[in-house]
Amino acid sequence: MDDLDRKIITATQSGLPLVKEPYQAIAQQLDIAPDLLKQRMRVMLEEGKIRRIGAVPNHYKLGYTANAMSVWNVPDEMIKELGQQLGALSFVSHCYERPRFLPEWPYNLFAMLHGKSKDEVAEKVQEVATLLGEHCAGYELLYSKQILKKTGLRLKELSPK
Amino acid sequence: MLVDDSYMDKMDRKIINMLQGDFPIDDHPYQIIAKKLKIKEEELIQRLEILLENRTLTRFGPMYDIQKLGGSFSLCAIRVPSERFEEVTEVVNSFSEVAHNYERDHEFNMWYVLATESLAQIDKTNQAIEKKIGLKVYNMPKIQEFFVGLHFQA
Repeated sequence: MDDLDRKIITATQSGLPLVKEPYQAIAQQLDIAPDLLKQRMRVMLEEGKIRRIGAVPNHYKLGYTANAMSVWNVPDEMIKELGQQLGALSFVSHCYERPRFLPEWPYNLFAMLHGKSKDEVAEKVQEVATLLGEHCAGYELLYSKQILKKTGLRLKELSPK
Repeated sequence: MLVDDSYMDKMDRKIINMLQGDFPIDDHPYQIIAKKLKIKEEELIQRLEILLENRTLTRFGPMYDIQKLGGSFSLCAIRVPSERFEEVTEVVNSFSEVAHNYERDHEFNMWYVLATESLAQIDKTNQAIEKKIGLKVYNMPKIQEFFVGLHFQA
């Protein structure tokens, strides 16, 4: 990432302008040619530096009020296969392998589950448990009680040199 | 909680479902999407403004993968004794590297995400937190990512 990419990121990470020509508006703000901006963004999209361009719905507003972090203990040698199966489920938004801390934390597969009620999430947990079957040596569900802080993940602007 | 969704009509739902990715990098991107939805460009822009304003959408634009940009993040957990919860929250939240912090219903009751510009800073920050609160921090960075995305149906 060079300085120009960084400038593009800091100019767009909070959103695209809602005007007919949003990329031109950003290019103008950065004092660069619109074609250069679009080209840089296309490259970042190809490289996965931009995951996607679009809308992020507030899932609470869409009625998804039950959100739980589910954690699963599965054999390390099968985690790739099982993780991919979990990640493909429509109600899973994030799915990762993370390290265990034995004996107090045996879980290595994390999946965020979303539903419109706790009952719905409970059903989905059963669905995951069935999918993992005998490969699951245990699981837990951690509901969020309170947001203590949420500032979002932001790249800082370049400090002046 | 009762959900009042009367403020969203069918077109809003179509917009939300259609725009969860693949917004074009083009001179007139809203026009392209509006055509697919068979509405006017102006109407699409206005509806997006309202959906953002009433917080049905939290954001509209490119979603960056900070890790791929050279930054680091990690999910960390602490088992905080209930009588110390407030005090520990204050200390943890005071670190600017802490981007999110959630209380969860579990013995591991505090879960925060660190976002820093390097891997070394993750360890450094956690060491500083441990020193201040005298409790063990469980650093759980992702080892593999299987899926990140949202396909919420509006």
